[in-house]
Amino acid sequence: MVDKAKIKIEIRNLSVFYGSLEVLKGVNLDVEEKEILAVIGPANSGKTSLLRTLNRLNERNEGFRMQGEILLDGRNIYKKYSSDDLRRVMGMIFALPVSLPLSIYDNIAYGPRLHGVKKKSELDPIVRQSLEAAFLWEEVKDRLNLPAMKLSGGQQQRLCIARTLAIEPEVILYDEPCSGLDPVSTTKVEEAMRQLKNQYTQILVTNNTKQAARVSDRTAFFLMGELIEIDRTEKIFTAPRDQRTDDYVTGRFG
Amino acid sequence: MIRLNPKMTEKIVFFLLLVATLVIVIPVMLITVMILTNGAGTLSWEFLTQPPRLGMRAGGIFPAIVGTVYLVFGTLCFALPVGILAAVYLSEYARDNWLTRLIDIAIINLAGVPSVVYGLFGLGLFVSFLNFGTSIIAGSLTLTIMSLPVIITASREALNSIPQSFREASLALGATRWQTVRRVVLPNALPGIMTGTILALSRAAGETAPILFTVAAFYLPSLPTSIFDQCMALPYHLYVISTQVPNIKPGIQYGTALVLISMVLVMNVVAVLIRTHFRKRKLW
Repeated sequence: MVDKAKIKIEIRNLSVFYGSLEVLKGVNLDVEEKEILAVIGPANSGKTSLLRTLNRLNERNEGFRMQGEILLDGRNIYKKYSSDDLRRVMGMIFALPVSLPLSIYDNIAYGPRLHGVKKKSELDPIVRQSLEAAFLWEEVKDRLNLPAMKLSGGQQQRLCIARTLAIEPEVILYDEPCSGLDPVSTTKVEEAMRQLKNQYTQILVTNNTKQAARVSDRTAFFLMGELIEIDRTEKIFTAPRDQRTDDYVTGRFG
Repeated sequence: MIRLNPKMTEKIVFFLLLVATLVIVIPVMLITVMILTNGAGTLSWEFLTQPPRLGMRAGGIFPAIVGTVYLVFGTLCFALPVGILAAVYLSEYARDNWLTRLIDIAIINLAGVPSVVYGLFGLGLFVSFLNFGTSIIAGSLTLTIMSLPVIITASREALNSIPQSFREASLALGATRWQTVRRVVLPNALPGIMTGTILALSRAAGETAPILFTVAAFYLPSLPTSIFDQCMALPYHLYVISTQVPNIKPGIQYGTALVLISMVLVMNVVAVLIRTHFRKRKLW
């Protein structure tokens, strides 16, 4: 199975620096099409830096440098894409839900409007489908004009997922999406991720190893900026090759 | 050495803080009371709508009011767009390098230049070199340059108060930097920018030195008809009738001062209202 799957993202010898601090060290990693890849590891292991390098938000950080290359469908994301074109394809969900100070409807319509969809008749179905896919439609369908910031944290995070779906990306990056959420909301977000598996390649950075075990196909374990091990999720959690992985997933440190 | 117990110290400190605060409030009240008692009697429909007569010893101050309104409006037209654009560049686009630091220093220094120097600068650049003559446009541009540092600084503060997470959320949806600025950052920073701009303009409305050489007319009973005309202005008119016109009734001086500070006060109140209105609506 692993060999046959199409490779969506290839990361080759990726090193990332902030000033003189090396936060990712020679990472080689393939992400398969339409898999959920969990990225786990303790704090400062470079997980978030990996995501921010993948959608080029890192370019906003002072002193950011990188070596190596990242290919999306075989095209170098730092050379063959403009940063905004790339981010349309690589959606990102942040750790804390960031609703824009707009209504629920306008939050979802924000992306499509940026990319030229202006008519309400075209926006309405996009808004509805995106909210449905993120399991939020039933809760908000009667109050789409309410400020998005009035929603609960869990609802806002699903709103952010819906907003990302509305731009029809190919890859979705999640940066600890449930770290601020209650268990019920977490379940709903995870349910959404499972449903989205048919259409999207998903990378989930999480501090919650149990979450990685629940939703991902494969899991990558990072430590101090190095990729220690990547394998099928059940293998990582039952019979990892590296002792450090075993220590981390069994909760002996981290 | 006397040892005070904490309760005693607390009382002394409280007293000092209160006195310091009152020192700020008392002059404001005294100025207001003095101008009101001496000037309110002069205020009349005629005073507000008629040109001065009898060597400015009678009649009204209508041309000066109109002139000041024109100058404030002209300054707004130049200062607001330039101020916003410069602030957006500095806050959203500029990287931290020697050029940005140089601009920062320039802005800080510009804010410290005495207003009479702006007047001379305006005389040299706008009146003489660009050949606008003594005119509304020369005066407005001079006041613009004087107001810009304040407007830019206030606008940058307003822009910087917008959380970075909003920008990243917008960028992550494939927005360009400009789309992010236009759709997320500016709309939310605009109340702060407007407040800062109005406060800067109210300052400019009362300035005498920058308009002294660039626009202000000693006495001009007719209203200006183009931006290349001179005009009267309240602060300069006040200066003229206080120093150049002997045997004038003090009521006219105080009445003029009352009109001037009323205009400034109204602008400040508008600025405060804008700020409180949007602060209530603010959601983050």
